Amino acid sequence: MSAFSTFDIAGTALSAQSLRLNLTASNLANMHDVAGNPADVYRSRQALFRAAGGFGDALAGVDVLGVTESIAPPIERYDPGNPQANKDGMVYAANVNAMEEMANMISASRSYQSNLEVINTAKALMLRTLALGQG
Amino acid sequence: MDSILGIHESALLYRARRMDVLAENLANSDTPQYKARDMEFSSVLDGVGADARLKVTDPRHIASNPIDNRAALKYRIPHQPSLDGNTVEADLELARYAENAVSYQASLLFASGRIQTLRTALAGTRS
Repeated sequence: MSAFSTFDIAGTALSAQSLRLNLTASNLANMHDVAGNPADVYRSRQALFRAAGGFGDALAGVDVLGVTESIAPPIERYDPGNPQANKDGMVYAANVNAMEEMANMISASRSYQSNLEVINTAKALMLRTLALGQG
Repeated sequence: MDSILGIHESALLYRARRMDVLAENLANSDTPQYKARDMEFSSVLDGVGADARLKVTDPRHIASNPIDNRAALKYRIPHQPSLDGNTVEADLELARYAENAVSYQASLLFASGRIQTLRTALAGTRS
């Protein structure tokens, strides 16, 4: 029976959302990375989510399919004084959009909070159920 | 006698199961193409009737559990569908989850009332 599966379901969500928060932190930390070659520079990373167990009858929470790198082109900038600049004086900066990342961060943090709320409520209910009949 | 706890036993099972369904919706609030689901109370209530149970004609038979009915899961019609095909509205789901938790507690209260009644009857005095 499913008495404790709420914890599993919300637990998968907590780990998925914390991965998303970590990726946002990684993206923001590498926002100002530059390289002389567009292939070498850091690319914005995003998590891919999927409903675990497909859309069948089984309740299983959320699955992290993997982490993808953004295919948006790096930002090209003329900066001949930069030691990383190529022979034309160009540098390529990471394709991280700070606004997108901040919005992502707020969304992940709110989802994390609501799943934590789910776990807390389920815990309180289970404890009361265990005490059933004890007067 | 059907059960000491009567309908409250079924009600608790329904509430616990719905808690899982709503938790799954919330867990997938950021999953593309995920469709929110819920259980319809009236359809579950219909299942509690005598017809939905397997007949127990021998004490060694195991009675069926009408609440664990996966067919009762239905897709939700969203108020504001999002562009990625996800139909979970997290705030509404959280509100329903809270409502479900309160109903669970109410059923728990009724069930413990029944147990208290039996205890009083057994002890002869109010302990």
